[in-house]
Amino acid sequence: MDINATLIGQSVAFAVFVLFCMKYVWPPLIGAIEERQKKIADGLAASDRAEKDLELAQKRASEHLKEAKQQAAEIIEQAKRRANQIVDEETQRGHDERAKILQQGKAEVEAERNRVKEELRKQGATLSVVGAEKILGREIDAAAHSDIVEKLVTEL
Amino acid sequence: MAASGGEQTGSQYILHHLTNAKMCSTDSGIAFNKACYDHGFWVWHIDTLAWSIGLGILFLWIFRSAAKKADTGVPGKLQCAVEMVVEFVNDTVNSSFHGKNPVIAPLALTIFVWVLLMNIMDIIPIDWLPAFAGWIGSTFYGMDSHDVYMKVVPTTDLNMTFALSLGVFFLMIYYSFKVKGFGFIKELTLQPLNHPVFIPVNLILELVTLFAKPLSLSLRLFGNLYAAELIFILIALTGYFQLPMHFVWATFHILVIPLQAFIFMMLTIVYLSMAHEDH
Repeated sequence: MDINATLIGQSVAFAVFVLFCMKYVWPPLIGAIEERQKKIADGLAASDRAEKDLELAQKRASEHLKEAKQQAAEIIEQAKRRANQIVDEETQRGHDERAKILQQGKAEVEAERNRVKEELRKQGATLSVVGAEKILGREIDAAAHSDIVEKLVTEL
Repeated sequence: MAASGGEQTGSQYILHHLTNAKMCSTDSGIAFNKACYDHGFWVWHIDTLAWSIGLGILFLWIFRSAAKKADTGVPGKLQCAVEMVVEFVNDTVNSSFHGKNPVIAPLALTIFVWVLLMNIMDIIPIDWLPAFAGWIGSTFYGMDSHDVYMKVVPTTDLNMTFALSLGVFFLMIYYSFKVKGFGFIKELTLQPLNHPVFIPVNLILELVTLFAKPLSLSLRLFGNLYAAELIFILIALTGYFQLPMHFVWATFHILVIPLQAFIFMMLTIVYLSMAHEDH
């Protein structure tokens, strides 16, 4: 338990150890620790931010989805309206066409009837003339009596 | 116990365990142990020196190898352990010392880990290393194994604890003058009774306070560890009863070991932070 030269040796060793620790041990360790702490803090902040971003993105996505659904509903509505419109238009056009065709047919029938009438009239006239010729004999001058025949024909 | 030589009595056994290996230079060259009894101051405790410096180098080697690999990536297990200690010391320093000083934190780390390692030597069964040293001495050097001394716990040597506390004391004085300059003298002479008449009284009081710091610092560590070692030695003398008793005492001592290292570090920080405070 006596104090002796060991004290000097220990003191020198102590000083050397502290100096070595101060120069080569402490700075790199504490530097690395602080840097890592910063990195972890940054990482945590980034993850927080990412979480918020994700939330935002999800909200935006659901908004987009809602909008898209709305749009789709609108488009379907429009399409239905358009389809109805087209059906209406086509029906109208069909009606018109039918009317036109009917009218045309009627006109054609009318024309044919007129033609046939004319033909009949002409043939009636001829027949009348022939009949008259037969009745009146050969003396009747066809040319002289043609006006009478004409009149007859119109009365037919 | 020792492998050869006559039987020791209990007191011889205790004395053998409490004696340092000494070395000194005499007229006829280097002498050891009993030949050094009358050499006064110029005697070296080679066991204290060897174990403490060896443990100090172990500490620096472990921490240096961790420091070299230190980066911001995922740390390894050793890295983690070292950084935990460093961070613990750093937090302790930051909580009691406010200011900028590049010395205090490394100093606190060195003290804590070094003292801790030296204290842990107390857990090694007290006969192992001395008996091994005795065996080496008797086998290779033809010495009586009872003449081979080996005290493996450097903190049970007053020289060790005083060296630590004197280092701290030196830093306290240095920073007191550096930070406060003449204010330090005023602190010593004009407190607690602020009148020129009381300067001698104040000086005596303050100097006692000042010198009590390193003294208590070293004696606290020394006393705790010395007493604990003594109890281990006494337990070792009780025959088969020593097995449970040794276990109980070692378990208790495991609390004391880091506690004393921590107290030494903490008080160092507190004293140095007091040296930085200007009143």
